Amino acid sequence: MPDTQIDTRPLKAEVKNFSFFYGSFQAVKNVSAPFREKAVTAIIGPSGCGKTTLLRCFNRMHDLYPGNRYAGEMILHSRSPDGSVRPLNIVHPSTSPIEMRMRISMVFQKPNPFPKSIFENVAYGLRLRGVGSRSELSGRVETALRGAALWDEVKDRLPQNAYGLSGGQQQRLCIARALAVEPEMVLFDEPTSALDPIATSKIEELIDDLRERVTILIVTHNMQQAARVSDYTAFMYLGELVEYDRTAKVFQNPGKPLTEQYISGRFG
Amino acid sequence: MLSTEQVIRRGQMRDRVFSILGVALTILCLGVLAILLVNLCREGLARIDWQFLTTFPSRRAAKAGIFSAWVGSALVMLVTGLTAIPLGVAAGVYLEEYGRRNWFTSLIEINIANLAGVPSIIYGLMALGLLIYKWEDWFGDKTDSIAGLGQSIITGGLTLAFLILPIVIVATREALRAIPQHMREAAYALGASRWQVVKDHLLPYSTGGISTGVIIALSRAIGETAPLVTIGALTYIAFLPPAPFSHTESGQMVGPFAWLSSPFTVLPIQMFNWVSRPSSDDNNFAVNAAAAGIILMLVTLTMNTVAIVIRARVRKKVKW
Amino acid sequence: MTQAAISPKELSVQAATRLRPIERTIEFGLLLAAIFSVFITAGIVYVLFSEAVPFFRHPDVSVWKFLTDTEWTPLFSVKHFGIMPLVVGTLWTTVIALLVAMPVGTIIAIWLSEFANAKVREIIKPVLELLSAVPTVVYGYFAITVVAPAMQPVYTWLAEAINSVLATVAPGASPIATELPLFNMLSAGIVMGIMIVPYVSSLSEDAMRSVPMLLREGSYGMGANRLTTAVRVVFPAALSGIAASYILAISRAVGETMIVAIAAGQQPNLTANPAEGGATITAYIVQVSMGDLPHGSLEYQTIFAAGITLFFMTLAFNLMGAWLRKRYRQAY
Repeated sequence: MPDTQIDTRPLKAEVKNFSFFYGSFQAVKNVSAPFREKAVTAIIGPSGCGKTTLLRCFNRMHDLYPGNRYAGEMILHSRSPDGSVRPLNIVHPSTSPIEMRMRISMVFQKPNPFPKSIFENVAYGLRLRGVGSRSELSGRVETALRGAALWDEVKDRLPQNAYGLSGGQQQRLCIARALAVEPEMVLFDEPTSALDPIATSKIEELIDDLRERVTILIVTHNMQQAARVSDYTAFMYLGELVEYDRTAKVFQNPGKPLTEQYISGRFG
Repeated sequence: MLSTEQVIRRGQMRDRVFSILGVALTILCLGVLAILLVNLCREGLARIDWQFLTTFPSRRAAKAGIFSAWVGSALVMLVTGLTAIPLGVAAGVYLEEYGRRNWFTSLIEINIANLAGVPSIIYGLMALGLLIYKWEDWFGDKTDSIAGLGQSIITGGLTLAFLILPIVIVATREALRAIPQHMREAAYALGASRWQVVKDHLLPYSTGGISTGVIIALSRAIGETAPLVTIGALTYIAFLPPAPFSHTESGQMVGPFAWLSSPFTVLPIQMFNWVSRPSSDDNNFAVNAAAAGIILMLVTLTMNTVAIVIRARVRKKVKW
Repeated sequence: MTQAAISPKELSVQAATRLRPIERTIEFGLLLAAIFSVFITAGIVYVLFSEAVPFFRHPDVSVWKFLTDTEWTPLFSVKHFGIMPLVVGTLWTTVIALLVAMPVGTIIAIWLSEFANAKVREIIKPVLELLSAVPTVVYGYFAITVVAPAMQPVYTWLAEAINSVLATVAPGASPIATELPLFNMLSAGIVMGIMIVPYVSSLSEDAMRSVPMLLREGSYGMGANRLTTAVRVVFPAALSGIAASYILAISRAVGETMIVAIAAGQQPNLTANPAEGGATITAYIVQVSMGDLPHGSLEYQTIFAAGITLFFMTLAFNLMGAWLRKRYRQAY
């Protein structure tokens, strides 16, 4: 992994010899990669290459279904309020999946707001963490909605049902929901695949703004999107990590012929 | 060989005939329902007045009322609802959201499917044997407080609760299954625990579906006669169960739950009693039966209509 | 984000660990609720057996007699314990109910699924389902006040016609009765049939609508009309679901109590003529329960012997129905 060494940003997460199994099927094969703090890393690859599977490991989504198994290490360098850094193995059996989901938020492929009010959607994660006071909730909800560039559009209708929003607004609401809890990382699983081009460009702008505050991992089908928003790109194929490097390097001067073929659209 | 035109015309003809047949049979069925209602109303509507609702049964048909019957029905339903709804919803939640697929959960599922097909009178036999007699054999001598399940409101309520439990469980499971998986994932991804997902999201979102099932189940229970006859609900009750903290004739104050062990009758049993009695022109119990039938139909049709409306609304509203 | 002294994520870690015991308790509670249904079944089986076994052990009774004796008179001074008259009464009312519900329900189901438009279907289906929501005691009243009286002249006319045919074809044969008694299995069965129409129509319609459009398109694409498509393509494809709905209807009819208790008469009657009165297993249980039989007496135990017969009859139908439903679910 040549180029990443010059990056001065500390490591936020890393996977080491990491594998994932759906029953006996190995969907992620022995992947190793570092993820820099406050950087955007894109995971690309053809359908079924394991990129979404890998992403969902970060907040232990696979624990919801029987028969799944993790192997190897997936480390989160968790920063305490006092500044000390503590490595946590996300997939270790003794690690609470709930704790990992509280530290690492996720934005899904299809906007999936709860059928509750806009306010309650954003406040839900905070309520789970025991934030009860109305004034603190309002403050944090506003901050999160501003962070998701949605505040101006919804500030007058916070008590209304979130299903009244457009698809793009719903997705930004889901981003606000993920941001409200001040996660250490945010996972995006093809966040714009269900949106029109205008809504897509808004989400991309948003991701661009967010990189200063939080570490981002984004799975995308869209190579232009990966090139536009990410600092690093990981290319996966058949469960293996084929190439991982700075985005500019991957797109302009890929190290592997397979990467080059995929990027130039010869398969996938 | 027929020409294409002939074949087409013959096909169209057959389609039209079948269409008419389908409409006719549907109208016939609804017509039967209408005749049933009209007949009840013609016979019994004039009999319904305040006096009918507030007097006890009597040997004189014209003086008899359904006071003890509808109060009995209401109290039995209270016990049934308070038992079957929490139990059924909890069981449905467990099977749909907690239980892993293994031999144990499939045993429970097969069992529930079979229970749903057991005739109601069998539940009555079960309650008679178990809640009344075996209970007395096992606990009768030791503690007075639970000895008296007897032929009481609590026995009747529990019997009907067992009867409708499968309906509530199935309705709960279907309502939960209708919630898309990505709703659950959204909540889990924020760090919610399983129970938090259930209580903050799944139950609130499935309220419509569950209540449809619950209302239909209760409407079935309110019209049930056979299991309550089997456990020995009486047909002639000329008093109401004791109200909480009321005083008996001897001046003793009764507890808040004394009504639970009171003997009772219910509306359908009262109607059955009047139907089976010989009627004459000057002592016409058939009229009373029709009047009780009108009340019974009013309650069940209202409940079913409410359920239909809720179901339609839920379907229209939800788009996830 | 410059917010708050305690970061919520630190609260979270404590919350996550604090929740665990409550979670376990709740899960255990929910599990108990799910297991409770098994206790109900166990209770049913236990009660039926524990009361029926002493009945069959009684010196006056035997399983053989129970199954072969042609008379059921446990409440008379000369006691007979042959369940056959009750089983035959149950079968007669069930068969009549099915003769009404199966054709009517199936035709309505085909019409709703293949002919009616979506809007009509959405309205008609729940309204038809009201038919099975009517309390059965009301149906019983309906049977003796409307259906049976209306049937009497029809039956008399029919019976006289049959007798005149009989007189010419086979002069020696004894004519059939021309009077329909008010309490008879025929009218009870017909009313029961109306009650179970929705079981057939709704479930069959569900089964037919789950047949993929592709199959219909294949048939329409060859120029078939609606009825041909419905009967030749959709109906066979949905057959196991439709059969399951018939089985459910049978199981309902076998277990139905109040209609037959009110309208079929209550004398056990081993007869080949459904126009006579008769008693079903369920009607017998109701009849005995209305009286005051001492717990533990032989008469008391007869209702459990009758109940166990009924239980196994419906269990057989239910298992058959479940098996059929499972098959049709796997079909697509």
